[in-house]
Amino acid sequence: MVENKIPTSYNEALKILATGSYQVLNGGTDLMVRYRGWSETRVKFKKNMLHIHNLDELNYITSKDEYIHIGATTTHETILHHPLIPEIMKKCLRVFASPAIRNMGTLVGNIGNASPAGDAVLIAYLLEARLVVESLRHQREVPIEDFIKGPGSIALAPDEIIKEIYFKKLNFNATYFTKVGGRQSDAISKVMFAAGYRLDADKIVDIRIAIGAVSPTIIKDKTIEKSIKGYTLKNLSNQKSMILSQYAAHINPIDDQRSNKHYRKKVALNLLEAFLNDIITRS
Amino acid sequence: MSEKISFELNGQSITITLSPDHRFLDVLRKHLNIVGPKEGCGEGECGACSVLMDGYIVQSCILPLGSVHGKKIMTIEGYRETKRFKALQDAFLTEGASQCGICTPGMIMATEYLLSHNPHPTDEEIRHGLAGNLCRCTGYNMIIKAIKRAAKEGEGLW
Repeated sequence: MVENKIPTSYNEALKILATGSYQVLNGGTDLMVRYRGWSETRVKFKKNMLHIHNLDELNYITSKDEYIHIGATTTHETILHHPLIPEIMKKCLRVFASPAIRNMGTLVGNIGNASPAGDAVLIAYLLEARLVVESLRHQREVPIEDFIKGPGSIALAPDEIIKEIYFKKLNFNATYFTKVGGRQSDAISKVMFAAGYRLDADKIVDIRIAIGAVSPTIIKDKTIEKSIKGYTLKNLSNQKSMILSQYAAHINPIDDQRSNKHYRKKVALNLLEAFLNDIITRS
Repeated sequence: MSEKISFELNGQSITITLSPDHRFLDVLRKHLNIVGPKEGCGEGECGACSVLMDGYIVQSCILPLGSVHGKKIMTIEGYRETKRFKALQDAFLTEGASQCGICTPGMIMATEYLLSHNPHPTDEEIRHGLAGNLCRCTGYNMIIKAIKRAAKEGEGLW
């Protein structure tokens, strides 16, 4: 029979985690469904659970210098309505699940769950977010792309907790978010696309592209992005098909109950092409 | 292992000794005889189990009891004592917005959450506000009409 503990402080949570035998339970929107048992029975968790959702110490959104920090127990709904949060995250959260799920689920929990179809995870990649991971032994920071190793797989030791996520404020001319799902709400994405860019006259000085639910982890390729920086709109137009083929090489979706790999790949590339066309036709 | 969990339920202080990995919906229905919240899907998709926690709508079928410690919970049983409920009840009756009725307690709680943040929602905003609550009878149009009626006739309540 598993044990459950509700820590009264963050420090107590770290001490309990230091035993190495507890798993963090945050909003519960994924784990409560995954380990669901029969009605009127306890949830069938496989490990001892540490219920951190009520830790107010980790419920914060703050701004320091050029960075925005979001604590582990901050819910999606709080993030959605906060003035510091960039519009690209809000675009995503408005169509994320439903109001009730957004009041329970957290951004840090979405990342800990490490689904390739996690909507807010896509935006965390786009923002080039970093995670602050802590245990009684140490504190370390890790870029999101190094933290998420594959579907449901994260670089977190048994005694560690994700304390917060932080990212730099954006300075883009425009941002894009598209979620393709079976319905507008409560839908797990078939494909998701997010992007943004900044122009200086007709020159691209910054560009970011993230594509989700089409490979084991979110696609975000800094090498391709770097190669596009410095292009004029005319260069971009000339190089468009080459860029599309570079991304096509990364897009390796699966067939599942939500969609199939051919549809996913086609739609992902269409969304990318529409984004590039939109930049090109700005001129 | 059981823990002492304390929270406020419809204005009453409650302390219950149970393992925190119970679903809050089961605690309400089985241990506290609060049966307004219903179990539909059991996985947070249909909204029939919706309750308010510190004023925020949540789905009690995927809410661990451990998350409720120290919180204020309002279910339809507590909400029905309010003037706001009366306005919603009248509007739902007039517009035929409650038919088989299983979604209604959750629908009412979702409406309260919506109107408490946005007292005069558009049709589109109502649809987004109720996005987590399924109804198989009304086709939603009657519910939307009822909410617009309640917002108008209950002017000043929210």
